[in-house]
Amino acid sequence: MTNEKQFEIEISTDSKEVPQRLAIIPERTPVKYELEKPDEKLVMTFPNLIIREVICFQLVVIVLALISLFFDAPLEELANLQNTPNPAKAPWYFLGLQELLHIFPPVVAGVLIPLLVLIALIVIPYFDINIKRSGLWNDQPKKTFVIFSSSIFLFFLLMIFFDAFSIAIPTLLIYILAVSPYFIKKENVFINALAHLSLAEWIMTWFVFVSVLLIIIGTYFRGPGWNWVWP
Amino acid sequence: MKILNNLAKTKFWQSVFRTKLPLSTNLDRSLVIFNSLTLHIHPVKVRLRAIKFSYTFYLGMISFFLFFVLIVTGVLLMLYYQPAIPHAYRNMKDLEYVVSNGSFLRNMHRWSAHLMVISVFLHMLRVFYKGAYKPPREFNWIIGIVLLVSTLLLSYTGYLLPYDQLSYWAVTVGTNIVQYIPVAGKEIRFLLLGGNEIGEYTLVRFYVLHCVVLPLVMILLIAFHFWRIRKDGGLL
Ligand code: HEM
Repeated sequence: MTNEKQFEIEISTDSKEVPQRLAIIPERTPVKYELEKPDEKLVMTFPNLIIREVICFQLVVIVLALISLFFDAPLEELANLQNTPNPAKAPWYFLGLQELLHIFPPVVAGVLIPLLVLIALIVIPYFDINIKRSGLWNDQPKKTFVIFSSSIFLFFLLMIFFDAFSIAIPTLLIYILAVSPYFIKKENVFINALAHLSLAEWIMTWFVFVSVLLIIIGTYFRGPGWNWVWP
Repeated sequence: MKILNNLAKTKFWQSVFRTKLPLSTNLDRSLVIFNSLTLHIHPVKVRLRAIKFSYTFYLGMISFFLFFVLIVTGVLLMLYYQPAIPHAYRNMKDLEYVVSNGSFLRNMHRWSAHLMVISVFLHMLRVFYKGAYKPPREFNWIIGIVLLVSTLLLSYTGYLLPYDQLSYWAVTVGTNIVQYIPVAGKEIRFLLLGGNEIGEYTLVRFYVLHCVVLPLVMILLIAFHFWRIRKDGGLL
């Protein structure tokens, strides 16, 4: 290449004589959100979407009516402060929390953990890692493995320390699933699907799995004194 | 059909609905959306893929319809309910034995509430796994979280209202947690219960929260949620 341009840097205090330009080149390209998809097929909202909404509403009402005809809402005796049921249970959606309360000190289970969950949910869209969402093993698999495994191990120990087997064991299961693409190099649909999942998705999956499990335990496996019973 | 067409030609009909029937062109179909206060939260055209069931499982829509059913049945239940002890409990018995279809009404309200907790949570999961929280939708995600929390609180405050053993002790378990909040736990619990124990004032406070404050918050937030979906360019 001979016709390479020669650029010179002039320095001047007169901005009209020597205009200055500033270009900032970021080290990495910033995470962009997905752009509009202009080439996708559009249809008229009326009737295409409206009819779906109407049918959806009708189905919701029909299903609700059927459920309500066949299952009665529970009603026990008038509240009585003298008669504490054993165990006293929160509504099902808080039974996971009640289960935590059984495991950890109240400040941790009742205040700290719910607060952390809430904060974790809120900050999701503000981290580039959650926006890119590349597969957990996509880059630097070895380093990822070491950090991931040791954090899980520490967490596991902590749970064992609190006798929280209902959290430790599902965590281990999810961990085994998460690291399997690292060890199993054979290509198959299942492993490929697992390899695609990002850290964010693994954490959410783990969270949902543990929550559902704790709710099931709280609902069916807890009897007097919050002791383990079989349903 | 003929009657409908004739009806649509009357002056009265045309004074209410601006759109001329029958609809024959896409312009007419656009005007149905355009000219309607309730429908114009929709764009005139939507992406075919985004309105398929497999795309959203209609979970947001289902949550909204459940909320709607809850408002309607809730208002009807309010007609039979007094937030006092022991009236509240007797009202439940009356719904069961005296009021026509009272049990049905109460069942509808109860089961919609439970289903709404599930559907809102599943809706959140669908949004998450789809990655639909990514910019520019990040604030709508936060609104969603607030909606989820409001849904839980609505369900929970409603749980006390029948004032039976189940409600009383479930709420006892929950409000006992509140006292472990550092610094002001005891005070917050006192504020919530209107005393040191669950009683008359707790019932009134939960009633006001359940029937006025939280539904209002919810309606405003849902309106905002929908508006943001439009502004963020429709569904991802
Ligand atoms: C009362 C509760 C809620 C109602 C009534 C509601 C309603 C809706 C509706 C009707 C849609 C349109 C798509 C669909 O039907 O799925 C939607 C989309 C959306 N919702 Fe919700 N929602 C609620 C709670 C939540 C929660 C808990 C979150 C997340 C934490 C959330 C985040 C979003 C986001 C980000 C979108 C846009 C999705 C996209 O662009 O694909 N919403 N919501």
